[in-house]
Amino acid sequence: MRSLSEIDTTAKRATKAIGYSWGIAEEVGKNIRLLELFGLPGLKNLNDFFKVYKKKQFQTIGLINKVNESNKISYCPITLGINFLDQINLISEIKEIKFINVAYPLLFLPFVSRVSEIIGKRIFLKMDQNEFLLNFNQSINSNFLKNDIIKQVNKIDLILYENDNTFNNSEWEELYKLSEDTFVEESNSSKLNAAGAGLIDND
Amino acid sequence: MKIELRNPNIVMKLSKLGSFHQSKLSFLRSFLKEFKDWDYSRDLFELDDKGYGKAVYSFKKNNRIYSLACFANKINNSERSDRVIATKWDASFVLYDGIPTKKDLYRLFENVPKQEVGRLSYKELTLSRANKSIRVFDHVVECLSSGKQPDTKILSEVGYLYRTTAVYGSGKFGLADRFRLKNRKEIYGPFRLEMMLVYLVRQFTFDQVNHIAKNKSPRQAVELDSKICRNLGIGNSTGLGMAPFIVNHPTLLNNWIEAREKALKKVREIKKTNENDVNIFKKCLKKSLKNITSWNTDSEYQQKKIKQLIIDLNKFINFVEKNDCFNKEFPFNLLYLWCEKNLNDECIEYLVSLMMEPYDDIINPLVKQMSSEEEKYFNIPTQRNIEDLRNILENKYSEILKIDFSKKENNQNFWFISKNKEEPRVANRYEEKGSELEQPLAIARDIKKLYERISTLKNGLPIGKFLNDNNDLRHVVRRAFIVENFPYSEIQDNTIGSNLMPIEMLRLKLSFFGAVKFDPKSDKWVRICMFQGAPLPHELKSFDDYWVYNSLN
Repeated sequence: MRSLSEIDTTAKRATKAIGYSWGIAEEVGKNIRLLELFGLPGLKNLNDFFKVYKKKQFQTIGLINKVNESNKISYCPITLGINFLDQINLISEIKEIKFINVAYPLLFLPFVSRVSEIIGKRIFLKMDQNEFLLNFNQSINSNFLKNDIIKQVNKIDLILYENDNTFNNSEWEELYKLSEDTFVEESNSSKLNAAGAGLIDND
Repeated sequence: MKIELRNPNIVMKLSKLGSFHQSKLSFLRSFLKEFKDWDYSRDLFELDDKGYGKAVYSFKKNNRIYSLACFANKINNSERSDRVIATKWDASFVLYDGIPTKKDLYRLFENVPKQEVGRLSYKELTLSRANKSIRVFDHVVECLSSGKQPDTKILSEVGYLYRTTAVYGSGKFGLADRFRLKNRKEIYGPFRLEMMLVYLVRQFTFDQVNHIAKNKSPRQAVELDSKICRNLGIGNSTGLGMAPFIVNHPTLLNNWIEAREKALKKVREIKKTNENDVNIFKKCLKKSLKNITSWNTDSEYQQKKIKQLIIDLNKFINFVEKNDCFNKEFPFNLLYLWCEKNLNDECIEYLVSLMMEPYDDIINPLVKQMSSEEEKYFNIPTQRNIEDLRNILENKYSEILKIDFSKKENNQNFWFISKNKEEPRVANRYEEKGSELEQPLAIARDIKKLYERISTLKNGLPIGKFLNDNNDLRHVVRRAFIVENFPYSEIQDNTIGSNLMPIEMLRLKLSFFGAVKFDPKSDKWVRICMFQGAPLPHELKSFDDYWVYNSLN
């Protein structure tokens, strides 16, 4: 088994070798490490992408908008990811973002995972039929359980979730009421003595 | 009195960093302290009469066990090389997480002696190999088998029976990644498992030499005297492999240096010293002179430094004797200021290390701050703007911005990874091919390029937008925002200039390991000694914390 450290170093060097700058290569090394840590086929997808990288053309992106479309040639997942990462402070108010026609979308995924941590919001990502929930770069929940290469997707939908709970208030109240059963009713004397702090705080 | 931390522009010069010495903060010393109450044992010792075979040593506490598996092999003299490119060694070692089963040992036996071309698993933590110092080893075997102790003069010239040529950890060749172990309190300090490996290897070398002598002459042989053992360490031969590490791990480097700087600041801020602390300082100073006079090297460069160190130390001792500094307020500050005015870097940094010796209460908390969660500082704050970046460059890289990279001599070298051994190398870019594949270690040059690139840009331009067209400098933009918060994270020197002495980068790292007796073999590699004078494993429960100055050599 290859260690994450080996994966990071090799992915970084390969990314530089294919023509990216060292700075971008550092990002990709960390990203592939992250995908492999979360059990997603990062190295496999990167390797396949680099096999076609010099043969095919890929679309770069400037400013990221609500809808980003590249009809003729697919977006390069690395430059797309780098720009998404770099521009997130300018676009984080947008709740939903679409990217049409993206090559090797799994390579874009770790950028979004890192953005989730930076902005402190969960991000839902759907690439065609595959769904991912990116949890502050701590974990990725997904229905994609195959160890596959995804060469291209027609559409990536991103939803930047607000920091809401998964439960409603009545569910909270019900559980809170139950938790109260661990509390002790105070007597008059314990009200006076058990807290430790003074009753008067204006001295 | 409030003392300021020393200026990174001075401390982080290579000539300064290349004058650092071991100290109480050094990793091998903090390792011994952390593991002093662990149970040590030799669990397996299956060597033939020539000393070839396998052995297992362990440290155990509660449910945690670390085991060192040793494999001693027969090699020809012609196959014995200090260089990392060697393919055979007298012995190879791996630190295993837990107790290795027979099946594990077989797997390790198949892989560990192959080192870089073998494969390890997440159950293995660190990996190393070592060669005998043949002259010393054979002499010791000869003497012990004839019932005599070896000549300590011969031993002191070298200081060890074996020297390692590399110690690997953190995911190399399939070893466990750091993230698997990061919550283990006992190994929170940097390189702790590497230190454990080297320490246990040291014991193996004593056991092996005793075993061979005993088998050579079962009736006559005596065991190597434990005092002599204590004065033997483990040698290490270090080449350029270590140099990029300190550039590639800026926050970790910062935390090492900052701990040292904070220690010095706090010692200088002591208003009144007590007699006991002064005695410890003076005792260590006096005893340490032996370490310097037994510091052998053929390197003219190092000989000059040692000669000057001895002159400076004598000047310092005279000054301490003639001036009643310790009865004055802030005595260490007085001494330090005098040192800065009157002594050279080699001696100043030597005394900085010594000044820490009496102060466990200052040092122990700092030891815990010497690791780094590097991932936390990786993202570039792209919401910041060009004005912020320009300010950082002007404030934190002022020395570097003075370097003129249009001059050939300031651009002379390039760092690369050798195709044959995947190891770092440095070469003259005007004489050797391959500079287009240069590693991103020319930080000074690229920082200057970044500064020039942003010189005409508007202050308000966000970094995210700047990077859109300037990703070729992304690696140094990242570093600039790191150095803003980690002032000692960057070498304030040119790492590609014609005056570059790579051994200064090695020495910096090795001093934090706790190495002594730096013996440069060229400007690119150095031999050192570790654990010389250290307690033996069975003495760990109670040992003299100043053991590093107890060398009898």
